[in-house]
Amino acid sequence: MTGMLRWAFAGLLALLAVGLVSVVLQIPEIGGGLRSQVMAQLPESGVDHAVTAVLLNFRGYDTFLELVVLLLALFGAWGLSDSIDEAQLDTDIAVLTELVAFLVPVLILVAAYLLWVGAYSPGGAFQGGAVLAGAGVLLSLCDPGWRSRRIERTAELLLVPGVLVFLLVGLGSMLLGGQFLEYPKDIAGSLILLIEAFAMLSIAVTLHTLFAGTPRVGGDR
Amino acid sequence: MVAMTLLNWAFDIALGSALLWLAWRCLFTRNLFESVVLFVAFGLLMTIAWMRLEAPDVAMAEAAIGAGLTGALLMSALARLERPRTGQEDSP
Amino acid sequence: MTPAQLYALVGIGLFFVGLYALGVRRHLLPRILALNIMGSGVFVVLVALARRSSEVDPVPHAMVITGIVVAVSATALALRLMLRVAHATGSAQLTDTGDD
Repeated sequence: MTGMLRWAFAGLLALLAVGLVSVVLQIPEIGGGLRSQVMAQLPESGVDHAVTAVLLNFRGYDTFLELVVLLLALFGAWGLSDSIDEAQLDTDIAVLTELVAFLVPVLILVAAYLLWVGAYSPGGAFQGGAVLAGAGVLLSLCDPGWRSRRIERTAELLLVPGVLVFLLVGLGSMLLGGQFLEYPKDIAGSLILLIEAFAMLSIAVTLHTLFAGTPRVGGDR
Repeated sequence: MVAMTLLNWAFDIALGSALLWLAWRCLFTRNLFESVVLFVAFGLLMTIAWMRLEAPDVAMAEAAIGAGLTGALLMSALARLERPRTGQEDSP
Repeated sequence: MTPAQLYALVGIGLFFVGLYALGVRRHLLPRILALNIMGSGVFVVLVALARRSSEVDPVPHAMVITGIVVAVSATALALRLMLRVAHATGSAQLTDTGDD
């Protein structure tokens, strides 16, 4: 973009920014929000933490579709892979290996804890799944083929349950007399934990696969 | 408690300025590696910002996903970008 | 000005920094980063405005968590696209003005 055009563009953006700032500053300083409605319904949601209740119950449909989006991104990435070499890593770093050997079990524990504590405190399936994926990434830094050599089939199978369990619970709720994803109130908490457990696994595998690829890219997939 | 309020304000202003400055440096440097590293740093400062905004769930998600996993993805892509191509390409 | 408003302004600033970079930079990697930073700006505005009452509103928090996950999915896909373009054309720069 030439100099003149850049300045014009910057000027236009500055104008827009000023407009947006003035609008935002006019929003009432105190007020609004859905907190009161959320807190009113919280005892019936099955969990004790407001954000988890919103994610997995009140706005569960959004979370369900979010898991689908995650999978779709993976399918897109698979479709775009060409047979370039996977990264060759210089993996003979003793400090890294030792550190990862210590960290990975800790991270697995942390992920399980985050999953469990999400019902009462900040945490939940996404945070736990991301930590698990991080552990997988650390392992891939030390040993790039660790997953493809040992558990690739299982790992790829684990991509599905997040969406599947969510869908089945939603449909099951319909069979039990409610709307799609309208959990029966007495078992809502257990259902949410069930969904979150499988969602955590699927999120972890999906995110790690997005990072590490799969060994059969460009081949006879 | 005026000192506390002043301290809070100073911290928030410093954090906000750092975020904006990091974003600017990250996006307008010619060195791609610097861009990626600054983006990860940006993500970590965002985590602190989320905590200042009383959003611990968001902070955890940002730290793990926004800074951590995105950083790993970016580094991996950068490495493949700057390596000479080997292997054949699929026919379109 | 309340702290919430301060952060909302920071979010707006981030959004426009990203948008300007999107208009100016020609290399694909900074463009992907610019999109991410624009997204982060929007998230900051959402969460900042959630703090307007003394008790925080949890609904924007959930929306932003969803947004962060979708953003990483889009970034992963975009990076693959960038690598594909780079390997097909030899460079990851958009070349309409060759300005980068």
